[in-house]
Amino acid sequence: MKRLKYAGWRGLGAAAAGLLMMGYGIYRNEVDVVMAKAVSICLECIGIG
Amino acid sequence: MAKNKKTSEWNRHKVQALWALLTNSYLAGFVQGKIYKGPLKKLCVPGLNCYSCPGALGACPIGAMQAVIGSWNFKFAFYAAGFLMFIGALVGRFACGWLCPFGLIQDLLHKIPFPKKIGTFKGDRLLRKLKYVILIVFVILLPLCLVDIMGQGAPYFCKLICPAGTLEGGIPLVLLNNSMRSALGWLYVWKNVLLMITIILSIIIYRPFCKYICPLGAVYSVFNPISVFRYRVDKEKCVSCGACSRACKMQIDPVNEANHPECIHCGQCKKVCGVQAIR
Repeated sequence: MKRLKYAGWRGLGAAAAGLLMMGYGIYRNEVDVVMAKAVSICLECIGIG
Repeated sequence: MAKNKKTSEWNRHKVQALWALLTNSYLAGFVQGKIYKGPLKKLCVPGLNCYSCPGALGACPIGAMQAVIGSWNFKFAFYAAGFLMFIGALVGRFACGWLCPFGLIQDLLHKIPFPKKIGTFKGDRLLRKLKYVILIVFVILLPLCLVDIMGQGAPYFCKLICPAGTLEGGIPLVLLNNSMRSALGWLYVWKNVLLMITIILSIIIYRPFCKYICPLGAVYSVFNPISVFRYRVDKEKCVSCGACSRACKMQIDPVNEANHPECIHCGQCKKVCGVQAIR
């Protein structure tokens, strides 16, 4: 039971770390690269490029 | 009959379908052969959902990761990796079982009758490691290292492997655009061959793409044992009848390996347990 509790805390810690990473990615404008890629048809993805 | 109703997977499929519709609800795209270009597109969705699908409202996290890693000014994708870590740490591969449109397609394909469905085979366990190799090589290393003169790397997983992109983006866009039809070449043929293989294998084997190929499943699987949402097995209640492991289509023994990296949290083990030992 103790192990399960630790696993829960590890999960929450990892989720918090994930949020921090996302925040850092947003801060250094990675989202603009994602946006630029996502709003134009990705020819490689569909098998043309 | 009551037992069939209890173990039915259709409730999960309804959630999967609803989520797929919700995240692919740009219906004008399917009519005009275009894709959505609004602000939601910068947000990642938890499942493998090609952002070149005409209906897609969000970005595929694997595509987003390759786009950033392959960009000349970034060498690590904190945004996409953080998103995957966040989802993985909260729900693990629940995202595969409940929120992935390509998982739903494979689930439905597997319902097509076939004389001999294959559960497991020699080399099955080893082959499941392939998705980690694909994650490291095609999603991370190749876009990072194999770059053009501008320092830009291509999304090699999307380009050479992903059948979801062909099904969700390639086929509808090519059908709806004359100009694209004239640009088809060997790559389109190759990707359609891979899609056909995936479709045929999905009828015979349960979720072959998820088990052996999917880099998204590979990332989430790492977090499965520690995710906040996970199964708990009450060993005092368990009578070791084996019903849960027989019901598991991912070939896991939930009693000994609850929250195994391959578990997609479909809930079948929980449903068939006669003593409610799995919570």
